[in-house]
This record gives sequence, structure tokens and C-alpha cells, in this order.
Amino acid sequence: MSILCEIVTQERLVYSEQVDMVVVDGVDGRMGILPNHSPLLTTINVSEMRVVAGELEETFAVGGGILEVRPDRITVLADAVEHADEVDVARAEAARERAISFLESGGPSEEVTPEIRHDISLALERANVRLRVGSRRHNKPSVPGLEDVG
Amino acid sequence: MANAREMRLRIRSVGNIAQVTRALEAVSASKVRKAQSSVEASRDYARRVANVLGRISTYSQGSVHPLLVPRDKVENIAILLISSDRGLAGPYNMNVTRAALEFAQEKNKPARWVTLGQKGRDLAYVRGANIVGDFSSFKSSPSFSDVTPIARFLIDDYLDSVVDEVYVAYTDYVNTIRQDTRVVRIMPMITGNPKDDENAQASTDNESDVGYTYEPEPEELLEAILPRFTQMQVYQSVLESLASEHSARMVAMRNATDNANELSAALRLAYNKARQLSITSDLLDIAGGAEALQQAG
Repeated sequence: MSILCEIVTQERLVYSEQVDMVVVDGVDGRMGILPNHSPLLTTINVSEMRVVAGELEETFAVGGGILEVRPDRITVLADAVEHADEVDVARAEAARERAISFLESGGPSEEVTPEIRHDISLALERANVRLRVGSRRHNKPSVPGLEDVG
Repeated sequence: MANAREMRLRIRSVGNIAQVTRALEAVSASKVRKAQSSVEASRDYARRVANVLGRISTYSQGSVHPLLVPRDKVENIAILLISSDRGLAGPYNMNVTRAALEFAQEKNKPARWVTLGQKGRDLAYVRGANIVGDFSSFKSSPSFSDVTPIARFLIDDYLDSVVDEVYVAYTDYVNTIRQDTRVVRIMPMITGNPKDDENAQASTDNESDVGYTYEPEPEELLEAILPRFTQMQVYQSVLESLASEHSARMVAMRNATDNANELSAALRLAYNKARQLSITSDLLDIAGGAEALQQAG
């Protein structure tokens, strides 16, 4: 028993395989979706997404989006997706540092509105997720300081 | 023949032009392919988001999201004009700009222009368009996140009621020789996009809709999906325009190459005739000289 899982971004179809389970963070918390799930439409958060197919497990960093579940198909309309192997750990680390320093010092522009603060927090969240996902890859690069993340 | 040298130079320079235009044609040809494939790739998402949108909007009939509901009184409009930064693309820039200007004139409402592409901006500006935003010097192969600021700018203006309708003027890529300029309303949204035949399929799918769970409520989901849909429309218009631009340039360059080759052939013929003529007259001179010497001797 398997279910078709498709991950699409605005730019391309990222992933399309028969899978056994998908785990992702919805607005109301983390959920695991198995074949024959009842139809569902929801938004998803910036989060880590795991796709299990038999023995294989793939991990993606998802930058928010929309999730649609039908009995035979799971569709993820993602705003941004990176497979664990694609994550540029050094860049994510830099983005994280930048976001943290902006949150502390007040950002690159003079006035920090709540929206900007929110955007920066989101960016921080994204960087954190990417780092966590990046550390999941099989051939882990030896980046010092990565172990204590996530 | 005093200008034999000049003619030789001219032949050479025409030959050089042909070489350059041929190279530009080849470059554009490969860019068309690239742009075309990114249009194709982005259709997956566009189709699915339209599907989801169709499903929700049938569910939340009662809700009135500002992006969906036409306003009673339209006072101002916004036009996003998508052209290119560079010329040498035949009538590409002129066509889309003219279509947009004519459209604005027809509407006869104060229009706020947002331009993407220097050529269109300059053309529209000299014709008195009120340009409020310019996103020129765009990347040659933009990603979705490059386009979001433009869409955001337009959505904000619309939601703040600065404008009551938003249109995008772009060039639809049909095939290499045919590109259609289009002016399309993106806000308020035209529901049930007739261009997308997948939509017909989507509505038949709706039968299996019973028992859908929505998290959060359909209205909130709509809130999340609509801006994405609009951004997608802008992104696709940009990609279509890019494919059209490169293909227009390719055709223009091919014509230029053909013309240069024709000119080069004509010049060569004239040059050879002139050369032959001068040889003949030289020979006549020599023969005449020899004759004169013989007679004298």
C-alpha cells in the first residue's frame, strides 16, 4: 500500500514517487500521513519534511506552503524546498548568524516594524530548519559546530 | 577605380556584421529553449494551485476576499508592463508597449505604471505614462523569489485601494514565429481561468470533495493561497515574456544575417565587375601603348 507524493515549487517538480508515509508540520502541529488518509487541505509551516518509502527515507527542508491530501495522492505546493543533500550548510549557517544579529541589533534598516521582525524570525526559522535537515544527510560533511545545532 | 579599396572594406565590414548577428541568433536560440523549459516547469505548480483554489472557492462561497471581488467603482488602475532591458529584438518591445498604452487609453482611467524592462519603461515614459515603480535590470533567468517583490508591490497597492484593478501587459510565447501581446487582469482575480484546460478537469474532480478537512478554515486558506496564485501569474507572465523576447531577437538576428549576406553578395558582384572593368581598360591601355610604340618605331 503506497501513496503518490508530489512536491512542487513554483519553479519545478521536485519530487514525485510512491511512498509509504509523509511527516510534515501543519499549522496545527506535526502530522504523519499514511495511504488512505482522509482528504485534507492545509497550510504547512517552515519545517522539516520526511518522506518514507520502504527502507528509504528522504528529508527535505520546506519553506512553508500548502498541503493537499487525497486518498491516492499527497501534493505539497511548497514555497521553497531543499533536499537534505542540496542544503548548503555554510550558507544556512551564515543566514542564521545574520538573522540572529539583525534580531539583536534591529536589522539593516533604520526602523524595525513588527512585520520586518516577523520576516527576520521567519528567516531564522528557515535557516534553522535547513541546518537541521542538512545535518541529516548521509555523507555528512565535517563542519565544526554543526553538532550542537537542532 | 578609386573606390575599389572602399568597396573591399565595405564587404569586409558587412561580413563582420553577419558574423556577429549569426552569433547573437545562436545565443538567443539557446536562451529560448531555456526560457521555454522554465515556463513548462512552472506550469506544474500553476495548475495545481489553480486546482486547489477552485476547490476552496466553491467551498467558501460566502466569503468575500478582496482579491476575488470586483470593486463597484474603478477609479485607478495599475499596469505592469513587461518588456526587455535590451534592444535588437525586432518589434518586441514596441509591440507590448503599444498594446499597453492603447489599453490604458481605452480604459481612460488614471493609470499607475509599473515597469519591468528598460525599453518598455523608456518608451512608455516618453508617451507620458505615470511610472510609479520600475524593476528593470532584471536577472536573465529570474527565480520565483526574484519576482515576488513585484507581485507584492502590486498586491499591496491593490489591497490599500490605491488602485482598483491591476493588469499585466506581457508577450505570450506561442511559437518561434508567433508571439502575442496580451493585457490580462490579475486583480481582482478572474476566476475559472478559461485558458487553463486543466481547470475543466478540476471542476469534475470536485465531486469527490465530500469530507474534505480544512485546516485552518477555508477562508484562512484562501488568504494563504490567493497571493501565491497572483504571484504565480506574475511569474509566468515574466517567463512567457522572456521566451518571447529571446525568440523575437532570434528572428530579428536571423533576418539581419540574411540581409547582410545578401548585401555582401551584391557588393561582391559590383566589386568584381569593377575589377574586371579596370583590368580590361588597363589591357586596352597597354595594347594601345604597344601599338603606338610600334608605329613610332
